Amino acid sequence: MSAHAEGHHGPPIANKSSRIDSTVLGMFLFIASEAMLFGAFFTAYFFVRVVNPEAQAWPLEPFHLPVYVAGVNTAILLTSSFTMHWALQSIKRGNRAGLQAGLVLTLLMGLAFLLTQMLEYARIGFNPSDGAFGTIFFGLTGLHGAHVFVGLTLLTVATVRAFRGHFTPEHHHGVEIPGIYWHFVDVMWIVVYATIYLL
Amino acid sequence: MARNPFRSEAEAYRFLLLTVGYFALIVVAASIATWLGFVVFVALTAAAVGLWLRSRSSEPALKPAVPPRPGAVDERRILVIANETVGGDELLSIVRSKAEGVREQVLVVCPALNSQVRTWASDEDGARAAAQRRLDSSLAQLRSHGIAARGEVGDGDPLQAIEDALRTFGADEVVISTHPEGRSNWLERNVVGGARERFDVPITHVVVDLEATGS
Repeated sequence: MSAHAEGHHGPPIANKSSRIDSTVLGMFLFIASEAMLFGAFFTAYFFVRVVNPEAQAWPLEPFHLPVYVAGVNTAILLTSSFTMHWALQSIKRGNRAGLQAGLVLTLLMGLAFLLTQMLEYARIGFNPSDGAFGTIFFGLTGLHGAHVFVGLTLLTVATVRAFRGHFTPEHHHGVEIPGIYWHFVDVMWIVVYATIYLL
Repeated sequence: MARNPFRSEAEAYRFLLLTVGYFALIVVAASIATWLGFVVFVALTAAAVGLWLRSRSSEPALKPAVPPRPGAVDERRILVIANETVGGDELLSIVRSKAEGVREQVLVVCPALNSQVRTWASDEDGARAAAQRRLDSSLAQLRSHGIAARGEVGDGDPLQAIEDALRTFGADEVVISTHPEGRSNWLERNVVGGARERFDVPITHVVVDLEATGS
């Protein structure tokens, strides 16, 4: 039993029974849970479409979706991803002004997206209680809107910290993680927009 | 090539652009004809899956980060991986022969073998307790032959159990004990070949026939 005296001090070494780094595994599990959440809504949406095979156009009458307004909103969200990327690239090069400007622009565009979506809800002409399509439409876009809200909260914290000088070219984890989340939110919107508004 | 899009913001941004391109092509094709949209969807999805699989297969084989070997230079550190065969005569005799004439350190690891359903449900208590019983009995036999051995219950995946043990034990060689061909689940899963491929340590394979010895 002499191997017990191998000179290790402090707490025992963590037993790593996984080949995946724990932080990456955490992100995978989070994304997997999100994919399942959105997947459940998409399953319901496609079910509604499949049980209406006689539909020549989608959505069925009397539902009309503001495709162009949502298209402009999509462009705003995609541009916000670009400014987010620019913010990260700026701090990696030591450009704090670029980081601050990029985060503020991202925040403003995210807010614009949410406000436009609220206006769309107010003027769309149907409610969540108006049949299965209405329920799924508000459910899916509302779920995405909730993710945008969470993203905006993370971005607000990152922006405040950026103005307080918390980030450097070496240490910018507090922007990197919200950035990954923000792009994920955008990816989900592309799927929602293409599926519900365009296809 | 397909890369993990969630490891960095830059990769996530790249993934977003690819997603935009993917859906743009599908929408444009579907606006021309519905069947064309479906064909483009299938083709692009197949291409994405193919690229992902190809990038996975071309990844270099993972080698464990084996820590610097602890212990004295004249010491021989032997890692034994065995489960049901842990008390087999063949295994005891090979460990005895390897420990002969040297200052040996033997670590016996019993993987806590479990069913997939129980593993997914994190119901490992029974498997670990059974592995611990086998391990205790094996350690008692080794010690009765004068071999300084200690043991631990390892991960249910034998390769993972080896990797975990190598990280802390730093073995000079690994001995894997299995049932004979045809009765060994580990041989069917090519555990020995997998270990030789994955670990940069000499691997010895011992076959223990418990039925022949009546153990």
